[in-house]
Amino acid sequence: MTAETGVYHAAEGAVLSNAWLLIALPALGAAILLLGGRRLDKWGHWLGVLMSWAAFAWGALLFFDLLGRSGEERAFQVHLFEWINAGTFSLDAGLLVDPLSIAFVLLVTFVGSLIHVYSVAYMEHDPDRRRFFAYLNLFVASMLLLVLADSYLLLFVGWEGVGLASYLLIGFWNHNPAYATAAKKAFIVNRVGDIGMALAIMAMFTAFGSVTFADVFAGAEAAGETKLTVIGLLLLVGACGKSAQFPLQSWLGDAMAGPTPVSALIHAATMVTAGVYLVVRSMPVYVGAPDAQLAVVIIGAITLTYGAIVGCAKDDIKKALAASTMSQIGYMMLAAGLGPVGAAFAIFHLLTHGFFKAGMFLGAGSVMHGMNDSVNMRTFGRLSGVMKVTWATFLLGWLAILGVPPFSGFWSKDKIIETAFVGDGWRPWVFGLAALLGAAVTAFYMSRLFFMTFHGKDKRWADDAHPHESPALMTIPMVILALGSAFLGLALGVTNALAHWLEPVLGHEEHHEPVLPIPVLMGATLVLVALGVLLAWRMYWNESVPQTAPRGSLLTRAARRDLFQDDVNEGLFMRPGQYLTRTLVFVDNRGVDGAVGGLAALIGGLGGRLRRVQTGLVRSYAASMLAGVVILLGGVLAVRL
Amino acid sequence: MDFPWLTVIGAVPLAGSALIAALPKALAPRARHLALGVSLITFVLTLVMAAQFELTRAGEIQFSEIHSWIGEFGVSYALGVNGIGLVMVALSTVLVPLCVLAAWNEIEPDRARLFFGLVLVLEAMMIGVFAARDLFLFYVFFEAMLIPVYFLIGAFGSSERRRYTAVKFLVYSLVGGLIMLVGVIGLYGSGPGGEQGFLIDNLTGLDFSSSTAERLMFVAFFIAFAIKAPMWPVHTWLPDATDEAPAGVSVLLVGVLDKVGTFGMLTLCLPLFPEASKWAAPVILALALVSVLYGALLAIGQTDLNRLIAYTSISHFGFIVLGIFAMTSTGQTGSTLYMVNHGFSTAALFLVAGMLIKRRGSADIDDYGGLQRSTPVLAAGFLLAGLSSLALPGMSSFVSEFMVLTGTFVKYPAVAVLATLGIVLAALYILLTYQRMFTGPIKEYAAGWKDASAREVWVIAPLVVVILFLGVYPKPVLDVINPAIATTMQQVGVTDPEPTVAEGENK
Repeated sequence: MTAETGVYHAAEGAVLSNAWLLIALPALGAAILLLGGRRLDKWGHWLGVLMSWAAFAWGALLFFDLLGRSGEERAFQVHLFEWINAGTFSLDAGLLVDPLSIAFVLLVTFVGSLIHVYSVAYMEHDPDRRRFFAYLNLFVASMLLLVLADSYLLLFVGWEGVGLASYLLIGFWNHNPAYATAAKKAFIVNRVGDIGMALAIMAMFTAFGSVTFADVFAGAEAAGETKLTVIGLLLLVGACGKSAQFPLQSWLGDAMAGPTPVSALIHAATMVTAGVYLVVRSMPVYVGAPDAQLAVVIIGAITLTYGAIVGCAKDDIKKALAASTMSQIGYMMLAAGLGPVGAAFAIFHLLTHGFFKAGMFLGAGSVMHGMNDSVNMRTFGRLSGVMKVTWATFLLGWLAILGVPPFSGFWSKDKIIETAFVGDGWRPWVFGLAALLGAAVTAFYMSRLFFMTFHGKDKRWADDAHPHESPALMTIPMVILALGSAFLGLALGVTNALAHWLEPVLGHEEHHEPVLPIPVLMGATLVLVALGVLLAWRMYWNESVPQTAPRGSLLTRAARRDLFQDDVNEGLFMRPGQYLTRTLVFVDNRGVDGAVGGLAALIGGLGGRLRRVQTGLVRSYAASMLAGVVILLGGVLAVRL
Repeated sequence: MDFPWLTVIGAVPLAGSALIAALPKALAPRARHLALGVSLITFVLTLVMAAQFELTRAGEIQFSEIHSWIGEFGVSYALGVNGIGLVMVALSTVLVPLCVLAAWNEIEPDRARLFFGLVLVLEAMMIGVFAARDLFLFYVFFEAMLIPVYFLIGAFGSSERRRYTAVKFLVYSLVGGLIMLVGVIGLYGSGPGGEQGFLIDNLTGLDFSSSTAERLMFVAFFIAFAIKAPMWPVHTWLPDATDEAPAGVSVLLVGVLDKVGTFGMLTLCLPLFPEASKWAAPVILALALVSVLYGALLAIGQTDLNRLIAYTSISHFGFIVLGIFAMTSTGQTGSTLYMVNHGFSTAALFLVAGMLIKRRGSADIDDYGGLQRSTPVLAAGFLLAGLSSLALPGMSSFVSEFMVLTGTFVKYPAVAVLATLGIVLAALYILLTYQRMFTGPIKEYAAGWKDASAREVWVIAPLVVVILFLGVYPKPVLDVINPAIATTMQQVGVTDPEPTVAEGENK
């Protein structure tokens, strides 16, 4: 059941050998937009849109190229150039075009391009729209590098590139100090994850003498379990940072400071799923390290629950969606930790989630657009009447994330729940139940969000709010994403096409029966989801929602504070850190300098010396130095004698 | 006889400074043009020389010149560079024109002759110290280098403390230098003596009578280099010096001059005292690790922009020393590349900082805020320089920092793990500063500010281009360094550890 690994063919044909264009086109777009200056303000955004679609077009060519070949013939290595050759470390820059990377390429470029289009209208009145598109292009280029790299180190470059783009875009309106803080926080927390990532790469080099996928995966078969476990756990730390998984989740909610298209693209559909990509890509490492796999599953289970609880308490529509994203990625992580079969479903859910969550974020942006940029759902209500397209697209996204058949989420999430119930001993029960209950809570908080915004007893709009539907440039991308939310799962799920597509990468694993019969699980899931919706209906549709949030239970209040994640980080790291730096600065100014100042005193006192230098008595100064040297020399000679 | 490239490259700036000194008062404002021209000629000459450097022999000394100087004492005038020396000479000659350009309007015309003359003298000394192949000659340059810096800080410092700072700098360096002198003489005594007794090649691979003597001499050299580099705990002169020095001088001081310390460790300490180097490595690694973390923590706590950059450099020097004494080819190659990259990224930081300080009239970080809106180009310059300083992948500094860490990890995983914490601290000191200076609402003080002028863009742009280019394609530099490091590894008598997992059949 090990994955077929390390068999990559040299790229052939113009489409494959020029796969680097995928990265180069958006990178070029970013460069032109940044260097071009104000004179590009008029049309620069269209250049950004064009570059993104061009990357999609090349991605589609690659996809059809691979499709025309047999399963084992679908992994190509595109050699670019000699990158680093330092001592024994030698690494070429190269790309890996295979079913997994192409699946990501299509998601990133397609959803990314739609969001580019949406942003043209959304950012229309922003004076820095050109810069915004430069960053979006930079993001697309980095993300494509991340998924196409053929070595861990090159992946790391893309990994940090998307982090940089995320930093720049969260802080896009950094004249607001809170937004600037949010941007910095995202970068710093990600850097904590990067420690794991960097150490994992070093450990790989130490063990295998190389950091390319091909060599690491080939070496993994011979390596002992301890080594693979260490590498697997370190990679998991990196994945936790990027994918906002517990305990490195705290940055995602604050990242909603960025313009909404950014939240949709980077912090919902693509970048935050990079951790899942990393784990799935590293499957040959995890297959040999069951403990590391278990850790992945545990992290996934904790995060899916954590995000779901937080999502129930947020009144900020974007933060509620962010909590939901965290939770859904928890599902993907959980699945990825379950081995090759789970990994295929993780990618499946990642793709459907990319569509429905991006769609809902764009919907939220459309609502904000119509509501004077308010994000407080307690000031919304009954918007379905005035924003019909937004409502309809959001409806499809809502049905998809709930897992209502036949919408997309049903196909991907139900599979994850089923797979979580596979296994022996306590694990299927704990992880399966977590996934199952998570589905119920998801149904509750998403319905709460949906009803509070679009339905309910009353309109709680602010006096100056005149909600209206958004322009076509915004609604068309929303409609396309909504269609994906509706049918993508059906298309890929019924035919099992995705699992087949990924099989050459992940390897084949026999189907195992869950501990409960599948129809029972499916029935239980649907019943729980229905209960969640019903509860939300009673609380937020059938009753009027107060404009100011009630005090709430202890759990509600904790969830509003994100279960005290910031308080914990502050208490454990920030405050002690500040204390440490302050103490060190004090000591450095007095202590260390003072101690070494003693050396100066030894020569005769710096102050007095200074005056004498100024009065021209440099000679006596030099003489005393010389005396010192003579003594030292004498000492050395004495020792040698 | 071959063309004496190194002598010429060193003599051009020296002649230039003499020319500047000879300028009549009326022409004093022209000093800067002259300095720029001379430093550009030097740079071009270096490029021409580098083009003739034979890559296949990069581990050996090339462009050798040997003349007897003081035969009775075994002192020769001997120059030459291997790959490591070449990149350091190149780094020096690239940065000087940019520093001249950065100081273009900073120096009052009547003092311009002194300033630019001293900068060119300093350049000549830097080339000399990196090219010297005679230990005594090295020592002479090592000490002579202090003189122009002493005057540059003492005469052009920004506050009343400049004299104190200049003397502090001098005292620290002289103490280090004199301790080294003891080692130099001691080593000569252990060598073959004769007319060329100070030639480094004649002192390499000596059979020391006692390991104590070797160790003492090693320590004498190492202390001098540790002060120069500066490492914790002998680092405190550096923040003071950068606090006072004009931006261009800080660049040369931290970007090039301090590298003499790490350059000396790599090209003198290791080959001259191989056994002692291995003996001292654990202690030095510990000191380097402390420097990495201590420098970064102190940087986070700084309120003054120049001092902050100085502390980041202390952290970076820690990385460089770490890579050298990890005794792996990857670590040492990484360290050498780090010396080059650090030169560029720190130069960019100091120069942008200088432009801001010039406008604001203060180096206090809290006096800034909201500048991203008023001066977007300067903000972008600072952010790029900062990202390079925090070793963002894609930038040149990432390659070197990662190689240092990897080269350390294969032998000392625990040390590497702790040093890797530095990457979070680096993100903190850069991004906190960026946040404090550039984000937030537009403030009144910056109302009349002009964004970067064409001259300022020309100062920063070449650095950014190099940083990005070497991040993507460091091969030209690495190709020069690798063979030289291989030679060093041989001289020290260490080998790289093999991968711990035997690779199965290749693919």
